Amino acid sequence: MDRQVVMEQGLTETLAVPRLSAAARRRQLREKVIAGIVTLVAFTGIAALVLIIVFVAKEALALFLEPEARHEASLSKMFLPQVVRQGKPPAFVWQPVSNVPKVSMIPLFIGTLKTTVVSMLVAVPVGVFGALYAAEFAPRRLRELLKPVIELLAGIPSVVLGFFALMVMATVLQDTFGLHTRLNALVAGIGLALAIVPVIFTVAEDSLTAVPRSYREASLALGATPWETAWKVVLPAAAPGILAACVLGFGRAIGETMIILMASGNAAIVSASLGDSVRSLSATIAAEMGEVVVGSPHYSILFFIGVQLFLFTFVLNMLASAWTKKVIKRLTGSAS
Amino acid sequence: MKTFLKSLVAVFLLALPMAAQAGNITVKGSDTMVILGQRWAEDYMKKTPATKVQVTGGGSGTGLAALQNGTTDIAMSSREMKDAEGEKLRTRYNTTGVEIAVAKDGVTFYVNGSNPVNSLTMEQLRDIYLGDITNWKDVGGPDAPIVVYSRENSSGTYVFVKDNVLNGEDYTSTAQTLPGTAAVVNAVAKEKNGIGYGGAAYAKGIKELKVKKGNEEIAPTAENIKNGKYPLSRDLYFYLRNKPSGEVKAFIDFALSPEGQAIVTKVGYFPVK
Repeated sequence: MDRQVVMEQGLTETLAVPRLSAAARRRQLREKVIAGIVTLVAFTGIAALVLIIVFVAKEALALFLEPEARHEASLSKMFLPQVVRQGKPPAFVWQPVSNVPKVSMIPLFIGTLKTTVVSMLVAVPVGVFGALYAAEFAPRRLRELLKPVIELLAGIPSVVLGFFALMVMATVLQDTFGLHTRLNALVAGIGLALAIVPVIFTVAEDSLTAVPRSYREASLALGATPWETAWKVVLPAAAPGILAACVLGFGRAIGETMIILMASGNAAIVSASLGDSVRSLSATIAAEMGEVVVGSPHYSILFFIGVQLFLFTFVLNMLASAWTKKVIKRLTGSAS
Repeated sequence: MKTFLKSLVAVFLLALPMAAQAGNITVKGSDTMVILGQRWAEDYMKKTPATKVQVTGGGSGTGLAALQNGTTDIAMSSREMKDAEGEKLRTRYNTTGVEIAVAKDGVTFYVNGSNPVNSLTMEQLRDIYLGDITNWKDVGGPDAPIVVYSRENSSGTYVFVKDNVLNGEDYTSTAQTLPGTAAVVNAVAKEKNGIGYGGAAYAKGIKELKVKKGNEEIAPTAENIKNGKYPLSRDLYFYLRNKPSGEVKAFIDFALSPEGQAIVTKVGYFPVK
């Protein structure tokens, strides 16, 4: 507060008095230094990001340049079925530490897909309907309690959520559904949903509250019930924000590591069943980076997985923002 | 802002001499050996307070990678160094590395406490982990599917079992891999049809399987591991770049001394001497 007053005084002084006093010049200098520091910090952040991308891509690139790596992990070995044991049909197997390393990405893709789909199926309805309730139907005091509590949920470290999924949820789900394995895609997905619900809820709630009051009043005045107003007027009007919420949640789900590492069982199985254990892309990096001989093909593959994860989220964000723009255009276009 | 900058500068000034301080030994590697390494470090530092010994885990591979990068003085490893890793040391430091066995450990297979199976032959263990036997009734148990637990491939135990039980072949892809022996023990304790493996030091609250050899059932006891009768025992190693000297040598001498080896027994492993 005080500083602001001082700064304003400094401004008026510089305007009023053409010859600067020593104090004013010092103040000006200080302003410049602070501006410089802020710029530097901003660009350090950007530079760090760029450098990280360059580093990851460079380490992954060795996979395509070095003959040894190209032999051990060619694209066909990563994406096509291979004969892994004599006398057995070709299969997708992830077994990078082996006399003959098998590096099929397909089980990992399936793992990430399963956990992400399960978590989104749980988290999107819960998050969006929760937000709708909080924004449209909840009494004011309840809403004021609900929002911070759910946002607090976002502050729980993922390792704690993972531990909860591993110790409590796994047993409960196994007893309820009679699953063959304790740790599986379902447990990991639902554990993941716990991390994503607050993200979706918060952003969706904000965008629902941002819908102008006049929309609701117009709808109610035309005889719509509160539910019809919420479902057919407010929700569509907030669609871009809700979409953004889902994309943020999806990005978190794809990249989240700890919960999946702890609760999925990490067996790279190719199957359609959600009751089977899965191994996700991110958990694979986390679990195996500790061992790899630096510079080996296995090492490069792990970085290549990192590049793929980056590309997924990047493309997804691009598509989502493009779609959001389209939705906004359509909504505002029809409104005016 | 000013106080913030000042404290920042202060932190840097404090951190500098700490990084440059002499008399530090860093020990890094195998998660199996972390507790053992820390006990050694504590007792050693009590005797020679001038030296600081820093012990961290991360896995045998991590420790050996750190040895190649020069970021650790001693690498703890629960497996022998691989050829590729030795090659790295040779090209970088022109040494073949020094291997010192400091303790012995037995790899134990566990099943859930309610499982009637008490012992398995090496062949049966192998078939279970290769995925050829998938039901407990094939090895004398109830008619229930076997849920196979394994360690992450960053673990020295993983490599040991792969080499000594599976004869170098791959684990079945349905084997669930868990981070850390404690996680395996916990999973098997909760899973009625589970089987897992890990260091003997961790085995608590579950049933340890004996290994059947002919008519004999060999339990993973201290005696059987020490005299080599139990087929699944392994050495735990310290790896160095060069022949130890100075403080590092003093620390290793301490670990191998009767006092150091008594700590090995106390932690739950078995002495080399």
